[in-house]
Formats: sequence, structure tokens, C-alpha cells
Amino acid sequence: MPCADPPLEALRERVLEAADRAAPLEIVGGGSKRFYGREPQGEPLSTVALTGIVRYQPSELFVTVRAGTPLAQLEATLAAEGQMLAFEPPHFGPGATVGGMVAAGLAGPRRPWTGAVRDHLLGVRVLDGSGRLLHFGGEVMKNVAGYDLFRPMAGALGTLGVLVEVTLKLSPVPACTRTRALPLNPDEARSAMGRLWGGAEPVTATWYDGETLYVRLAGEEPAVARGERRLGGEALPETTTLWRDLREHRLPWFREPGPLWRLSVPPAAPAIRLPGDWGVEWAGAQRWLRSPAEAGAVRHAAAAVGGHATLFRGGARKGEVFHPLDPALLTLHQRLKAVFDPKGIFNPGRLYTQL
Amino acid sequence: MLTDTKDKLPPSTGTPAERLAALRDELAGWLPGEALVTRPETLRAYECDGLPAYRRVPGLVALPSTAEEVARILAAARWHRVPVIARGAGTGLSGGALPDPDGLLLSLARLNRILEIDPDNRTARVQPGVRNLAISEAAAPHGLYYAPDPSSQIACSIGGNVAENAGGVHCLKYGLTVNNVVGLRMVTPCGEILTLGSEALDAPGYDLLALLHGSEGMLGVIVEITVRLLPRPESVAVLLAAFDTIPAAAEAVAAIIGAGIVPAGLEMMDNPAIRAAEDFVHAGYPVEAAAIVLVELDGTPEAVDAAAERVAALLREHGSAQVRLARDPDQRARLWAGRKSAFPAVGRISPDYYCMDGTIPRHRLAEVLAEIARLSKDFGLPVANVFHAGDGNLHPLILYDAARDGELEKAERFGARILELCVAVGGTITGEHGVGVEKLDSMCVQFAPAELECFHAVKRAFDPDGLLNPGKAVPTLHRCAELGAMHVHDGRLPHADLPRF
Repeated sequence: MPCADPPLEALRERVLEAADRAAPLEIVGGGSKRFYGREPQGEPLSTVALTGIVRYQPSELFVTVRAGTPLAQLEATLAAEGQMLAFEPPHFGPGATVGGMVAAGLAGPRRPWTGAVRDHLLGVRVLDGSGRLLHFGGEVMKNVAGYDLFRPMAGALGTLGVLVEVTLKLSPVPACTRTRALPLNPDEARSAMGRLWGGAEPVTATWYDGETLYVRLAGEEPAVARGERRLGGEALPETTTLWRDLREHRLPWFREPGPLWRLSVPPAAPAIRLPGDWGVEWAGAQRWLRSPAEAGAVRHAAAAVGGHATLFRGGARKGEVFHPLDPALLTLHQRLKAVFDPKGIFNPGRLYTQL
Repeated sequence: MLTDTKDKLPPSTGTPAERLAALRDELAGWLPGEALVTRPETLRAYECDGLPAYRRVPGLVALPSTAEEVARILAAARWHRVPVIARGAGTGLSGGALPDPDGLLLSLARLNRILEIDPDNRTARVQPGVRNLAISEAAAPHGLYYAPDPSSQIACSIGGNVAENAGGVHCLKYGLTVNNVVGLRMVTPCGEILTLGSEALDAPGYDLLALLHGSEGMLGVIVEITVRLLPRPESVAVLLAAFDTIPAAAEAVAAIIGAGIVPAGLEMMDNPAIRAAEDFVHAGYPVEAAAIVLVELDGTPEAVDAAAERVAALLREHGSAQVRLARDPDQRARLWAGRKSAFPAVGRISPDYYCMDGTIPRHRLAEVLAEIARLSKDFGLPVANVFHAGDGNLHPLILYDAARDGELEKAERFGARILELCVAVGGTITGEHGVGVEKLDSMCVQFAPAELECFHAVKRAFDPDGLLNPGKAVPTLHRCAELGAMHVHDGRLPHADLPRF
């Protein structure tokens, strides 16, 4: 770095010292997503001293921000300029940080129509296991110089390095947002979601809880109004907190006890026969399942329709939480991890036992 | 054979030419005759891609028809330690498919079938040799299309699009190739076939699907691609606005984005580009204007009407005396005609041109164009500028005459200076054309040695024997050291305040 950066230097020292001892580190931002993935292990390495928005000029449609910056603070800054993160990331707690959001790689209700975290990540600065500060990507939307090593940081759960700074692509907040509620049985709901996925209405979210299909429309007012007329159903007040509560898993549906599975499947995949309660998002592509079913059965059912299953919350975390990888693919994962973290100190085992 | 060769290789014996001959003999044993090219006059057809300044006749060309043949060829090439250079349609602009005289050129042109259109999931599963535009044509009966549209879309292959992470004029709203591909099947250098991604919206583990995009054929050979299709917009409008100065045009572009509008396309051309295009296609462009801005809006008719009105007002507010709006397909095509023919139009007014591909932060446009104009005088070579204004991707076209001694070298030096400038203002040396062989030196400017080391290590993770497209895309540290290029740190050159351009 050209100038002194004490928080970064402190992190680098900790990393080098831990690498020396081959001592595992648990990278922690706000700790809001500690429930996610396999059981955390290692000495905590906090990123919260790395704060601040580094560069933000609204008409450039990107923001560069330090990893420990609270997500809520970033979103408030963007909202003041009429902008947002289009992937609508869940916080899962008041302390959520920008770095943790990227590392977890989780996206909210808008994801099928606007893309995931990795689609909006333009660049990262990351501290690797040898203490090197590496810069991949940049601050522009089109950039094909070098391998895209920044995108795999999204969803790697910190196993490839400590995110120091990230650059994210931004979107304008739509001029108008409205929600319709349609009472439908599961078959009707599935075909309605299919029509929305293939159609031209400005849909930005769907949620089906087993009884009612909720659809969010957003964009220019006349286009939203047309969508409302075509959808029918009832209007929810514009002040509804439904989508935020869905994103944060605060809806009553998510409060029931028991292990929560996330099945990521092709949107038009048929109904999956497993015991339990289903909540369906993403026009059918993200299906939540609260079920006592065995992990093997859930994974098998998801794979059978071309998808995969994650034991999202409330289950055993000593075994695999994420869908097991094909052995050849796992080997590539191990080699990629070794490029950045040769001593295996960053969040070992958080993603997979062998990583 | 496959399993035998998987892990251990025999020690290397023989010269590169002998190893190539051994591979040729082995492939001749089982590949159909027409799938193996060995005659010198036919080999010559593959000597370059879309960057003809670089030419090398390949040692051997194979044209497999199935993924299994690709896998078997790669395993055999590895056994004989022969480098393999994958090639799609050969339209790439950075020499990424430049052959190796001691290597095998692997043409994927015969893997050209559309395997499945799935309208319910809005995906198409295709082989890598399928032309970009053919996907949209096949999806059209379902009211769907494939969004990324590089200018060569009539000819370029989807496999090449993935290898280069191709862009196009609609990236601002619809993203690059990486944002529109959901799954790949790739063959490893050992000849194993792996699946990355899926028809679901995500896949478990690291995002290797993203990593393969733009990897220029160096990490694996792609044999199948599943792309996302989008519903064709119901309505489209195109606006054209003329400006007296470049800063005014740049401010108008910033104002449109600042107003929360995301156009499907947002393009700019400078005066030399406008004149060349108008001379060529007579699109009715205002030849006196310093710059024109083209805005394409799409969506429901209601949304497009509302946005078109706001955009027209913004363009006028920012000094455009002339704003034209086209709604029907013929009028729209006419407004686009000049932009879409800009490269060949420039080709008409100069014996040769060299197309650059830097990306810059949009707000630095006016100063970058002023600096390019200054460099143009210094080098004595004219420049026309075409700009994907929405996403900051600049295509300066340097006019030169290769028949004149040293002029190509001069154009290349000028081009390298432009790319340095792009990095210095916080941009990048390539927005959509890739590095290939063309921009290896410029990579030394954009990346520090530690980052280049990482790229090499990632290459080794995927290709431990270094046989896939060796020497492309990532320069050796040695090359950078010899070049003595200055790595531009944090978008700031050392002593950035000194006028060094």
C-alpha cells in the first residue's frame, strides 16, 4: 500500500503469524452468518476495523467499500442516492458486514431477475495466506484482463483469503414498487410462477407459502400498473415489509422449529416429493424445506431434478452442509484453495471438510 | 489409455517436432480422415484469428465432432506433451487462438449443434461451435433470445464467447457472457469431463463457472454450454442526439444514468467516427457534431414510453440541439446502422486500422479523449473513437498503413500508450477482446508481480503440464521485468501529476 494502513497491517501480521504456526483462523465480520456452513473453527480474525466507503460517485454505478463496513451503513448511503445492491442481500443480523455478505454469497428475493452477488462483484482486494495483498478485477463493468479471480470469492465463505475491499456494481431503485397477493393451490402457484418466469411483466420477486402467491412488481409506474391488472389478486400496501421479512427469514413460516433446507433447482423443476413444509421463492428456483427427512434423501431429490441442496440452518454442522462435489471437481477446489491458502489457515472446513 | 495417462506421464523424449509427429500418427489411427488436417496448404487456413497481424502455421489441426473425441485428443496430446490451442470461429481480436507450429490446433467448429431449447427454464444447451446469433434464432419461436451480442455475432461461436467473456452493446443492462451462462461442460487436460454450474441459479462450491469465463482456453476445453435466455422485449426505442462538444455528450450520458435509467444500449461516437460512418452507410448522422449519443431503451411499451420521454428531455437539457426518436424497426435500424458499421467504415478511409479495447471510468471520458487526441498528434496517426458509453468500454481505432515501414509498430506503441492511460485513470487494458498475445505487455502495467504469480498458479492448478494454450493471456514475470513496464498502482502512476503522455 502507498500509505500506512494500520488495520490492514495488523491483519497481515496476524495472518503471517498464524501461517507460521499453521493455526486456523476464523474470519469474522459482524458474526451475523456464523450459523451458515459447517461449524466454524480457529482463532477469530475480525475484519471490523476495515471500515469506510472508499469511492462512490453515483453516476458511475459502482461503490468501493472496505470489507468490515456495516452492510446497513452501505445500503443507507446508497438509498440516499436512489441506488441499491440489486441482489438484495440478506443481513441475518444487525452487524452484517459487506465482506461477510460477499463471502457468504447469499442473494435475496430479486436474484432471479437481476443476478447474484458474483454478478455484481467487480473487483476485490484480498489478503492471501502468504500475507500478500492481491487486487483482482477493478471498478469498471467490462474487464477481461487476467482470470476473473474476484468472482469465486463470492460464496467461498472466506476459505480463499481475507476480503479487504470490494467493488460492487449498483442499480437504481425502481421508481415504483407494488405487491400482489393471489390465493392459489400449489399446482396453480407453480404454473403462475412459470408464466411469470417466461413473461415480460416487470416481476422482481415471488414468494409462495403453500396458500398464497405473492408477487412483487417494480419499474416505471405505467408498466407496474399493467402488470398489476394482468396479475389480478389483491394489492398489499406499499409499506409492506413482506419482502424484507422474507429476505431476513423473519416471516412466521421461517420461525417454525426444525432443520431448514435450501433447494436450488431449475425454476420449472416439478414438485419434489419429500415430507415437510415448502416455501418457494425465485419463481420456483429456490425452495425452502422444513423437513425431518434424511440428508441423503433431500440431496438425492434435489439432484434428481438438476439442482442441489444445502442444510441452511438448524441442522447438524459436523457433516457436510453443502451438496457434496464430484471427486474430480473437489480436487480442483483443493488446488485452487492451495493457490491462495497453502497452509490451510482460512476458515478450514467451513465450506467442505476437505477445504 | 485414458486412465493410464491420467496421473503419470512418461519422461519427455524427442524434439517438439518428433512429439507432434507421434501425436499425428496416433490421432490418424482413430480420428476420421477429414477430422485431421496435415497438408501444409490447408494448415495455412488456420494461421491467424481475427488479429491478422500475428500469424503462425499450426503443426496439426484436429476437428473433433463429439465431446468424447475432444477428451481423447486432449489425453493423447498430453501423453505426447504437445500443446493444444482451442479455436472457435477464429473471430477473436487479440490473437487468443494464434497457433503454435509445434502444437495441435483444436477446432471446435464441428461441435455445432443446438442440443436443447428449454423454454420453461429459459435455457439453451448448445455445443461450443454454435454461432452466437444462431442461439437467438433458435429461441425466437418461443419469444426468447440470448442477450450478449458481440459485433461479430453472425460469425463468432459461443465457445469463443465464453473463452473471451465477450461483451457487446447491451452489457450495461444485460451483462457480459459470464452473467448469461448458467452451466458448462469442460474437458480437463487429462481428458476428464467436468460439469460446472447447472440449470439451477447457483451451484455448490467455488464459482469455477465464472473463473472459466475469459480464461482464453488456458484452463480447460469447453464442450457444452447452457445459456440463459430472456423474454424478447415487447417494445424498443432508439434515440440519437448530437452534441457540439465531447464533454457535453459525456455529461448527458452521466445524467441519464444518474436519473436512474438503465438503457439497453448507450453508445457514443466522436466526429471522425461519425464522418466515416456517414460516408459509408448514409445513416443521416450529423457530420458537424463533435459527438453523437445513441440510447436504446427496451421493456414494456409503457416503460419505454416513459423512459424515452425522460431521456429526450435530459439530452436536450445537456445541450443537444437535435434529438431523434425511432420506434419502428426500420427507423431504429437506420439510427443503429452508422454505429454498427463504424469499424468497416473506418476500414474504408484507411488502409489499416488497429482497434483498441480499454475500459475507463465513465467520468474520465473527456480527459481521456483529449489525451488520445494529443497522442494522435505525437504519433502522427489519426484516431476515430467508438465508445460503449454506458459501461465505459472505449474502442479507439488507430488508422495506419501497414505498407509503410514501421507504421504497424508505431500503431502498436500508440495503442499500448492508450491502454496505459486507461489503467492510469482507473480502468483496464481490455473490456471485451481479451489479452491473447496482443496485450501481454500491457498486462505488466495492470497487474503487480504477486497477482501475475497467482494467475500462473491458477493455470497450474487446472493444467499442471502447461499444455493448454501456453504463453497466452498472462505474461511471464521475466517478460515484465525485461519490458521494464511500470505497474500502475491503485490507478495512479507514480508522479501522476507530471505530464508523461
